[in-house]
Amino acid sequence: MYHPWIPNSDPEIKKSMLEYIGKSFEDLVSDIPEEVRLRRPLKVGFGRPLSENEIEILIDKILSKNKVFIDPPSFLGGGVCMHAIPYVVRYLLLRGEIYTAYTPYQAEINQGLMQALFEYQSMLAELYGVDIVNASMYDVSTAVAEAFRMAMRVSKRRGVLVPRIMNPFIENVVRTWIEPVGGFIIRYEITESNSIRIIDSVSEKEVGGIYLENPSFLGEVIEKPEIIGEYARDKKMLFIVNAEPLSLGILKPPGEYGADIIVGNGASLGVGLNYGGPSLGILGIRMDQELLRQLPGRLIGFTREADGSGKGFAMILQTREQHIRRERATSNITTNSALEAFAAAVYLSYIGDKGLRRLGESILRRTAYLRERIESDLRDRAEIASKARLFFREIPVRFLRRDYREISRELIERGIHGGFYIGDLISGIGNTALFCVTEIHSRDHIDLLIRSLREVA
Amino acid sequence: MWRQARWDEDLIQRKPRYGSGPLIPYEDEFRDVSISIPENIIRRSHTGLPDLPEIEVVRHFIRLSQMSYGVDVGPVPLGSCTMKYNPKISDLISMDTRITYLHPLQDPDTVQGILEIIYTVERWLSEITGMDRCSFQPPAGAAGELAGALMILKYHRDRGENRDEMLIPDSAHGTNPASAAMAGFKVIRLPTSSRGTVDLDALRSVVSSKTAGAMLTNPNTLGVFEDEILEISRIVHGSGGLLYYDGANLNGIMGIARPGDMGFDIVHLNLHKTFATPHGGGGPGGGVVCARGSLVDYLPRPLIAYDGRRFYWDYECKKCIGRISAFYGNIIPVIRTFIYIASLSSEGLREVAEVSVINTNYFIKKIMEKPYYILPYDPQKPRKHEVVISAKKILSDTGVSTEDIAKALLDRGLHAPTIYFPLIVEEALMIEFTETETRESIDLYAKALIEIAEEAYRNPGILKKTPENTSVRRLDYVRANHPKTLAPSLKILRSLGENI
Repeated sequence: MYHPWIPNSDPEIKKSMLEYIGKSFEDLVSDIPEEVRLRRPLKVGFGRPLSENEIEILIDKILSKNKVFIDPPSFLGGGVCMHAIPYVVRYLLLRGEIYTAYTPYQAEINQGLMQALFEYQSMLAELYGVDIVNASMYDVSTAVAEAFRMAMRVSKRRGVLVPRIMNPFIENVVRTWIEPVGGFIIRYEITESNSIRIIDSVSEKEVGGIYLENPSFLGEVIEKPEIIGEYARDKKMLFIVNAEPLSLGILKPPGEYGADIIVGNGASLGVGLNYGGPSLGILGIRMDQELLRQLPGRLIGFTREADGSGKGFAMILQTREQHIRRERATSNITTNSALEAFAAAVYLSYIGDKGLRRLGESILRRTAYLRERIESDLRDRAEIASKARLFFREIPVRFLRRDYREISRELIERGIHGGFYIGDLISGIGNTALFCVTEIHSRDHIDLLIRSLREVA
Repeated sequence: MWRQARWDEDLIQRKPRYGSGPLIPYEDEFRDVSISIPENIIRRSHTGLPDLPEIEVVRHFIRLSQMSYGVDVGPVPLGSCTMKYNPKISDLISMDTRITYLHPLQDPDTVQGILEIIYTVERWLSEITGMDRCSFQPPAGAAGELAGALMILKYHRDRGENRDEMLIPDSAHGTNPASAAMAGFKVIRLPTSSRGTVDLDALRSVVSSKTAGAMLTNPNTLGVFEDEILEISRIVHGSGGLLYYDGANLNGIMGIARPGDMGFDIVHLNLHKTFATPHGGGGPGGGVVCARGSLVDYLPRPLIAYDGRRFYWDYECKKCIGRISAFYGNIIPVIRTFIYIASLSSEGLREVAEVSVINTNYFIKKIMEKPYYILPYDPQKPRKHEVVISAKKILSDTGVSTEDIAKALLDRGLHAPTIYFPLIVEEALMIEFTETETRESIDLYAKALIEIAEEAYRNPGILKKTPENTSVRRLDYVRANHPKTLAPSLKILRSLGENI
């Protein structure tokens, strides 16, 4: 056969190469024992190689079975929401020199990629109010898992305090990553008198870290995050804050209320939803030698040419990493989300300081508008399932008359994808769904949702 | 003479400020909605972001891209990384908004298309590996290894056995010991014999009732097929351990031999290697973890399922290790895998393996025509997807190191191979062309390596000064890592008073 992706599959070329080697192909694989040789064709594909045009038709047919909610955009929340992906980001992402590059092990030939990653690290560090952000994690859940493992290593204690309602998708992953090595999580809540109450019984001596989601899984903006920062300092625990990057144009960055380790979901920074992945996990720390030694993942640092002249960038502190340190590494991560970090760097450069502030404020207003409409127009049908005063992007809505899962199906029949049902994920919250509004939701979109809910809820 | 672009491109944060950012959809429609943010949580500090018109953003990142190098620019024969051509049809189709805009929590009835693709790819990958089921949860190969190690841990615990030792060859990828350690295992190092394969006597001497399993890749990182794999399997299984397959090197045997037929119980694959997904400068990857027999119960959930009418996610998890990442893993590489396999079909996948093996052995013959490089471990044994050669003779004769050779390759517009790995080979150069390089580019690469060796004997000083044709000359790595000058962000750079 000849296939254009395999140039030397041209029978003439292949033959002449084997002649040069002086062996047949069978000679080259003669060391593979006969018992493990596969002597039949693999049962894969569609019987023969398909041309591009055939693939295009096939894929189009399959993808047309997906329903994409763009107008109105879906109102699904749950920690990830639909956002605009600027065309600038999509365009630049496909630059072959970046898109098809490997990890920049050879710094001199990959300066552009490394400068972009350094810019990513720098922008995210300032956005979160910390000093150092690594060059990316797979997604927010694995970033939180690694942050917990870091807290366990640094504090030499196995427990981490988490809020009474924690993002369950993150929690599931964290449990998988920490429990086999003895790690555990315990719940806390902030009381009316602004103190921290540990819900499960545990000795504080076993607790190495305290974790906050801001906004919370329910979209609540935490009004006094500094209380947890003070508590952590007092109890010598590491304070881990997971904050949504798009909120940080208007809300105080975690570093300013005491975070030692910051975590974030970079999916909203031009990365897209991609049915859950690829995504982008943000992980950073305040400057501290011990934290730095324990930080997993790749780091790009500034340097100069060997003769002291021009500026340059290089991967640094690789002795923490698995390819050098092997079983004593801080983590096993090697492939990360560099391309998504590049996308985020482009996105943040495009949106800018002023843009991010306007965007954040606009999302706050939209969330407030959705809340107002629910409270005024759906008074007899639904209520806000939280006492918080301020919500960012997501809002929990408890339905009073009908099962939300039925409501959701009827909305979909009308071309609207409603919020995400969390009744079976969060105990005691009832018949509740998380509704998300972002910059792509217009007033008409929200009004349409409310009108439809009046009819089906 | 090849020259890479060298723009004197400032950090984007330091560019002149303009305007007030992009247009935000429907921004005016909500101006009348009042919000009150408590004073103590309002941001007062600068966000650290630039303010630029769109054209300046584009120019900046285009210039940066011109100072970068990927497979679309030239060969990147990084051993064990499988840097093959990434088909452009996949690049563009994977940007379809019917993929990128799909929310992971969408009602399953509205995502039947994507689920169908995932279902199909799972069946194909099970067939290629000889496993029963696969989970796409791991977002990269190392996460697949972690999943595999956790599966092994749980399997033994469920049987009431306390096995805490993981056997890993000294030639293995660093991720293997790191993943095993993350799962809490003690790592036992397996030495490599003079044949370039696992030393069976050493293996026999370390297996015990403490052995949880062994993590191997086959072909191994030397490019050598572990021809005693069935005996290895008997020894490990005989002790009650499990066999884990690191799929990083699958490219050289696809359609020729399957891990399942060799006795492996768990397999991870890297879609971003074998199945032509670009590495994106270091990620995203696409990790898949597959298992057979009773190990299927331990795979991370959810698994894709089909009831004859519709596709859905099956969350049932009686013995499973839980979740490795938040949703279903990295789905775009799965779509790219679908396109790749559809285009190649069975005969094409086998051709991938054949040509990558031929390319490797063709290169070996070329490079061994001259006396400079050494092929360690049984030179008569054919290599598979890659080869490791040593430049130790060049170093001892001339003082020119493998790193110098790597930098000299950059000067010729060729990406360096993986160097100083595996650790068991002195002055190692680990080279993998994959099936997508032409004969001419292999010729060119061998010629460049030989010319550099000749230069080393003629004028070693010149090689110490390379590269000259890249965007920057050789960098100061000591300064980059020194605690006093270490600067992983602009904020720290400013605090050091660095004038850039």
